[in-house]
Amino acid sequence: MIKYLGRRLWQMIPILFGVSLGAFAFIHAIPGDPARLLAGPDATIEDVRAVQSRLGLDRPLIIQYVYFVRNAFVGDFGRSYRSGAPVREVVATHFLPTAELSVTAVGLAVVVGMGVGILQAIRRNTVPDYISTVLSVTGVSTPSFFLGLLLIYVFSVDVRWFPTGGMGGVRHLVLPAITLAAASAAVIARFTRSSLLEVLGEDFVRTARAKGVSKRRVLVRHSLRNALIPVVTLVGLEFGFLLGGAIVVETVFSWPGLGWLLIQSIGFRDYPVLTAEILLFSLQFLAINLIVDILYTALDPRVVYA
Amino acid sequence: MREATLPAAVRPAVSTSHRSWARFLRRRTAVAGGIITAVFLSVMVLGIWITPYPPGATDYNATLQPPSAAHPAGTDDFGRDILSRLIVGTRYSLGMGLGAVTLGAAIGAAWGVGCAFYGGAFDNISMRIADILFAFPGILLAIAIIAILGPGLTNVVLAVGFFSVPTFARLTRGPALAAMAQEYVQAARAIGAGSTRIMFRHLLPTSLPPIIVYFTLRIGTAILTAAALSFLGLGVQPPTPEWGAMLASGRLFINVSPQLVVAPGVAISLAVLGFNLLGDGIRDALDPRLRT
Repeated sequence: MIKYLGRRLWQMIPILFGVSLGAFAFIHAIPGDPARLLAGPDATIEDVRAVQSRLGLDRPLIIQYVYFVRNAFVGDFGRSYRSGAPVREVVATHFLPTAELSVTAVGLAVVVGMGVGILQAIRRNTVPDYISTVLSVTGVSTPSFFLGLLLIYVFSVDVRWFPTGGMGGVRHLVLPAITLAAASAAVIARFTRSSLLEVLGEDFVRTARAKGVSKRRVLVRHSLRNALIPVVTLVGLEFGFLLGGAIVVETVFSWPGLGWLLIQSIGFRDYPVLTAEILLFSLQFLAINLIVDILYTALDPRVVYA
Repeated sequence: MREATLPAAVRPAVSTSHRSWARFLRRRTAVAGGIITAVFLSVMVLGIWITPYPPGATDYNATLQPPSAAHPAGTDDFGRDILSRLIVGTRYSLGMGLGAVTLGAAIGAAWGVGCAFYGGAFDNISMRIADILFAFPGILLAIAIIAILGPGLTNVVLAVGFFSVPTFARLTRGPALAAMAQEYVQAARAIGAGSTRIMFRHLLPTSLPPIIVYFTLRIGTAILTAAALSFLGLGVQPPTPEWGAMLASGRLFINVSPQLVVAPGVAISLAVLGFNLLGDGIRDALDPRLRT
């Protein structure tokens, strides 16, 4: 296990290298000279030069890349063009809201998705099964920004149960979390249903039933455990997908998280913040994938990593 | 070389394509998806000829009208007929989705076939690059590309198309790699077929089923992503009647005229639903093993 973990971390190095190269290329592909932007509109050529040498922009690209990676390691991405505050602080203040929103949404998606999927598999080809199938197909096809605005219209404008946006108590969290969770819940439900149905058709399930194991025990001990293994991978993938979806949902609900910050930063051409965010998003994505693979071993003793 | 044909007795009674077609028709949801898609595509082609009003025509005496006989989907804040704008918008919203996936499929398939054919270091490096591209959530990659290129229709197509490239490359590479070991590829080489001919005549066709399945399934996601980018103000800009952009400008009026949000939202959902159902149907018909 430890050996496997070590190998996985080792394998991440070239990917991290590529990601850092991508982020670095991103800074240099941006139209316009950052030094000129920083120096301001009335700056003389000397002023721009001074900013360039202060930022190290006059050095060879390779040296700049080395500095970039070194600074990235300690979380130093310079200062935000927009507020002048260190990028690290700007990103840190927006990290928690995103974490709060996405973790709640994942939890919601897992509970609702698996619950509905299990119910569908047990009550296969009944009216509730059909309704859930229609709902989950619709859930996947509805854009989150549309669903979010619909929820705002119904629950904030019409009956005023929940606020239209912003961050505050639990009441602020309800609508954005539902919006963000909906598509993932739909995917998880569909997948849980088919995975459980497949297991329920296996020989060992029939054997368990034949030897008189109670219905409940067959479902919980024999079937669910096997059926949920592939679902775990899916949940991991959905978590990554959710991080992307949060960009849209946070904008709809003015939720001050990383996604909202990303869109704001694009509007202000705040490239240091953008670069840090792209790196951060990718790291989260990689970390989630790793955690999913590890969980896999915990759930399925047959999977042994050497 | 002439195409060889089997004598009738040896030919299977029902061809595989016939069987796939029958499997497709048996699924009602797949047929429904096909019909929805066909309607949207027809509207896209007919576009401006079937709008009840000129899509850009403003009528300041009839702003923010609820749906009525004269305006089935109501009017917006400039008094423009929403249905007419939706119809014309099909061209932008579906067009961007279709364009993006076509672009991604073309580049990805060529890349994947190249990996299988040349192998070695090219294949290795390519697949590592694909790994790195997989390390970014799709919409983030698209937003990063837009941040560099700037907003606009062409850039949205490029950005959305770009992140399906690695998947298409992988899907193409697998079957093509298996085909490389087949005798008919060696035979083709022996009779002097060039690299391009082997790659595109002999290797690519074996990868077509997964490419077709992923292509249809991908269009829904591409339409959603393109609309999301426009909604965020990073894609097509108003007053172009793109659905995502229409929704974004309509949200200001959500408490007085919800149809400004509902109409484009329903259009997006329905179009995506159609492509998703169609894609599921094609997947089951072409390759029942892929079914989840």
